[in-house]
Amino acid sequence: MNVTIIFALLLAIVTVTMAVAVLIVKKIRTAVLVSGVVSLIASIIYLLLASPDVAMTEAAIGSGLTTIIFFYVLNKMRSSDV
Amino acid sequence: MFKKLFVIAIVAGFAVLLWSYLRHYTERTTLNDLSTYYVDNTAQEIGAANVVTAIVVTYRGFDTLGEVTILFVAASLIAMFLKSMGTEKSRNPRPASLILVTAQKLLFPLILIFGVYIFINGHLTPGGGFQGGSVIATGFLLWLMANPDGHAPKGLLNTIESISGFGYVAAGLFGLALGLGFLDNRFLGLGTLGHLFSAGVIPIIYSFIGLKVGAELSNVLHHLNEIQNEE
Amino acid sequence: MEMLTLQNISIVTAFLLMLIGLYGALTTKNILRIIIAFDIFDGGLNLFLVALSYMNNRVAPIIDSTTGTEKLSSKFVDPIPQALVLTSIVIGVGVTAVMLTYAYKMYKYKNTLNINEYKDARW
Repeated sequence: MNVTIIFALLLAIVTVTMAVAVLIVKKIRTAVLVSGVVSLIASIIYLLLASPDVAMTEAAIGSGLTTIIFFYVLNKMRSSDV
Repeated sequence: MFKKLFVIAIVAGFAVLLWSYLRHYTERTTLNDLSTYYVDNTAQEIGAANVVTAIVVTYRGFDTLGEVTILFVAASLIAMFLKSMGTEKSRNPRPASLILVTAQKLLFPLILIFGVYIFINGHLTPGGGFQGGSVIATGFLLWLMANPDGHAPKGLLNTIESISGFGYVAAGLFGLALGLGFLDNRFLGLGTLGHLFSAGVIPIIYSFIGLKVGAELSNVLHHLNEIQNEE
Repeated sequence: MEMLTLQNISIVTAFLLMLIGLYGALTTKNILRIIIAFDIFDGGLNLFLVALSYMNNRVAPIIDSTTGTEKLSSKFVDPIPQALVLTSIVIGVGVTAVMLTYAYKMYKYKNTLNINEYKDARW
């Protein structure tokens, strides 16, 4: 049980917990932020799996641009749980 | 109540499929035949140091052409739906804080240079056209946040996107005209491995793709900023 | 404990992300939550594809002075799934942006985010 496997296990537990939290929280702003965190941790797991190209793409696109596009659209909606 | 049971049945069926794949899974110890061919022959045939770049641009060039087409269709759809309908009022937004404006003046050119560096060196280090284009779009987002009622250069973005798309297909047709095949990269000379001007036409193709993706994503962000003015 | 390899952990995480995304897309009533669940499903799918390409004690597929140019097929991980996932991530963000545009237009027409009110396409 070297350090890499313990680190990967910790990251996996945090990812699955955040993914369950997306379905449970009440406000949509929190759900969008949590899905950004899931994408960021997936980028770190890609680096552990020896693929730097995919890690760079996922960090720039999945965790940066998708969250910003969500917030731009969320600004124009008035609802009880936004 | 029946609906919930139905949904749980679907998800459980999916889970059974995935579990039955995981149970008989054994790790491989050698690469399969196609990967062996790609990895062994990249240095002589293509001349690029990044094997993933050689696969994406030359060995699997058609898939990249299809992806650029899908991004173009998505950007056109968003531009058509979010067209301004004449019901805007100027909303007089609060100006951005002094820290943000000063930092944007310093950081925006640096972010653009970093994005261009990523896609010019796509065949030597990890990186490429799509990563560089996303970094350029993020720099444009910083400019949009610091000038909330500024006017983005829409004509310049559209011109860059059209010329880059045309240049990418023209580079492919050049290979066809010289008798080598569509999107072949060997008509410019391979050079030595590891230098900037090596691997034939791959730096030129990745520059066109990087500029096109950057201009498209900046266009999408600009349209999303324009709808904040409606009603 | 010899089942806890890096590849096994990644594949189980990817499967769980896919299942959670699918369940979220089928049960919730708010249209924005459906789009977020599709985003998580895409993340799980890409992680599964990249986890299939990993082999123990091998390095990333980039040729430099420490790897040399001989006998490369016994030093590198598999580069083909990485090239496919690169395309898939970019297409995922395009699809998410178009879905959000549709959601914004439907909100402007119907003034609600509940999908039970979007009855125009029903018989």
